[in-house]
Amino acid sequence: MKIAGRKVTAKSIAVYATVIVITAVMLMPFAWMLSASLKLSRDVFVFPIEWIPSQPQWQNYVDIWTKIPLGLFIYNTSKLTIIVTLLQLLTSSFAAYAFAKLDFPYKNTLFLGYIATIAMPWQVYMVPQFLLMREFGLNNTHLALICLQAFTAFGVFLMRQFYMSIPTELCEAARIDGMNEYQIWARIMLPLSKPALSTLTIFTFVTTWNDFLGPMIYLTKTELKTIQIGLRMFISQYSAEYGLIMAASVVALIPVLIVFLSLQRFFVEGVASSGLKG
Amino acid sequence: MSNSTIAAGDAPVASRRSSKVLSRRRRKIQSALVAYSFIAPNFLGFAVFTLGPILFAFVLAFMHWDGSNAITFAGLDNFWRLFEDKVFIAAFWNTIIYTVVSVPATLACALGLAILLNQKIFGRDFFRTAMFFPYVASLVAVAVVWNMIFNPEMGPVNMILYTLGLDPKDMPGWAADRHWAMVTVILFGVWKSMGYYMVIYLAGLQGINSELYEAADLDGANAWQKFVYVTVPQLGPTTFFVTVMLTIQSFKVFDQIYMITQGGPGTSTLVLVYHIYNEAFISWDLGYSSMIALVLFFLVLAVTVVQFRRQKED
Repeated sequence: MKIAGRKVTAKSIAVYATVIVITAVMLMPFAWMLSASLKLSRDVFVFPIEWIPSQPQWQNYVDIWTKIPLGLFIYNTSKLTIIVTLLQLLTSSFAAYAFAKLDFPYKNTLFLGYIATIAMPWQVYMVPQFLLMREFGLNNTHLALICLQAFTAFGVFLMRQFYMSIPTELCEAARIDGMNEYQIWARIMLPLSKPALSTLTIFTFVTTWNDFLGPMIYLTKTELKTIQIGLRMFISQYSAEYGLIMAASVVALIPVLIVFLSLQRFFVEGVASSGLKG
Repeated sequence: MSNSTIAAGDAPVASRRSSKVLSRRRRKIQSALVAYSFIAPNFLGFAVFTLGPILFAFVLAFMHWDGSNAITFAGLDNFWRLFEDKVFIAAFWNTIIYTVVSVPATLACALGLAILLNQKIFGRDFFRTAMFFPYVASLVAVAVVWNMIFNPEMGPVNMILYTLGLDPKDMPGWAADRHWAMVTVILFGVWKSMGYYMVIYLAGLQGINSELYEAADLDGANAWQKFVYVTVPQLGPTTFFVTVMLTIQSFKVFDQIYMITQGGPGTSTLVLVYHIYNEAFISWDLGYSSMIALVLFFLVLAVTVVQFRRQKED
């Protein structure tokens, strides 16, 4: 027993050691970012690394707001992200209800339209899409990015898959009780689809918040820029101001960190289930 | 119309029947309209901003257009140009190299992590979250850190290599070195996305029937044998799915390359999407850019067809 007991401990020590080392490596860039954000630019590359700065430069976190319109960038990004996420949730779950629970002509053809494009990389049609938006006069507007991201095949597909798993009898019972389809969607389907809605929320939030190529193509005016391209602009303008760049990077990470941590349970479940279904 | 041809004596019956037919038809139309009203908000946006541009992309690939002057028919000009364009050929092979190296590397890391974190250990949720975090972290922020950590002159990675006794002359130049730039970008890609695929593998691992392991124990299998003969085959569908996803993601790689190496040095990390971007938004050669986009489309299509066939078999 003792030998067996010792064997188990040796194994678990090895497991813990491996896990801790890997986690440290995975998180090292973030630790470095945080540490460098509190240093003077000339101290950032001092080796051996001083992980906890002896004289933390909190001033960095004050200066970034005046050196670049970081507040405006965050406002722009939040605005875009919230509108896109709401539109995505609303229109996807709405359309998905019809595809999952209603019968109508050309249902399969229309759904095929979504399926056919789900694997189509955006990069294949980003150029014609840009030309179209330019034609509509939407170049250099936030509306362009909203139109581009709010109506995705992925959203409809994800919601439909979830609605398919809700028993149709539930809808039929509600119809007999005199509910119309809109009421069934609002009072029965929506409350039941919280896991799917959370998954879609997180995916949409993270993609929109972190989107780079879209804003880079569409937004050239500084006052319209999102945090990602704003940060990028800051990096190229002040390429030697390492401390400030790191402070701005930390600020850009925080909203995603908050959303991720508060919804991560759903996120993991969502990734896992969407993964299994293929 | 059919009502009028019915003899007068049958009229009451016929009209009753036809009104029934009519109301059934009306109900059908009504329910179809309700269904369409559900679909319309999303489908209209989707049709205008996704389907339309996709169709336009296929047309544009056979045109000459700079975005302002008249659009002219190009026939196969853009297609033949691909074979003479050295940058395209470099971009094509770089995309393939990126895919061939990063897909198995990410897959192996994700599987390893999943097995490690599928065990009952203290703080498991924390470790899983930590592994996953790079995936959601904003790319611009982490890419700039990456460039600093891998800075050839001052970065901590080379400093550590120096302390370990590596000669400064043999020091990798990472993003600034044409032999190491691709490695730098791939390392970044693996680091950033392995947590995501770990979660998919975790779900796959939880789906394995524990009786299989018990049976293997009875047969006296060791940990490695259980991994090879139970875990790997049981994870087959998951691995296939992850491979397909990763391959498509790798074909589309752009952001991290734009931020870490700008496609350089030279064309050493220039990939297809980068070339599409340059041809469209730098050279304004929209037709040719769309032709390169079609190449990307056919690469992704090939992978999707393989996936579809495989799913049919299962």
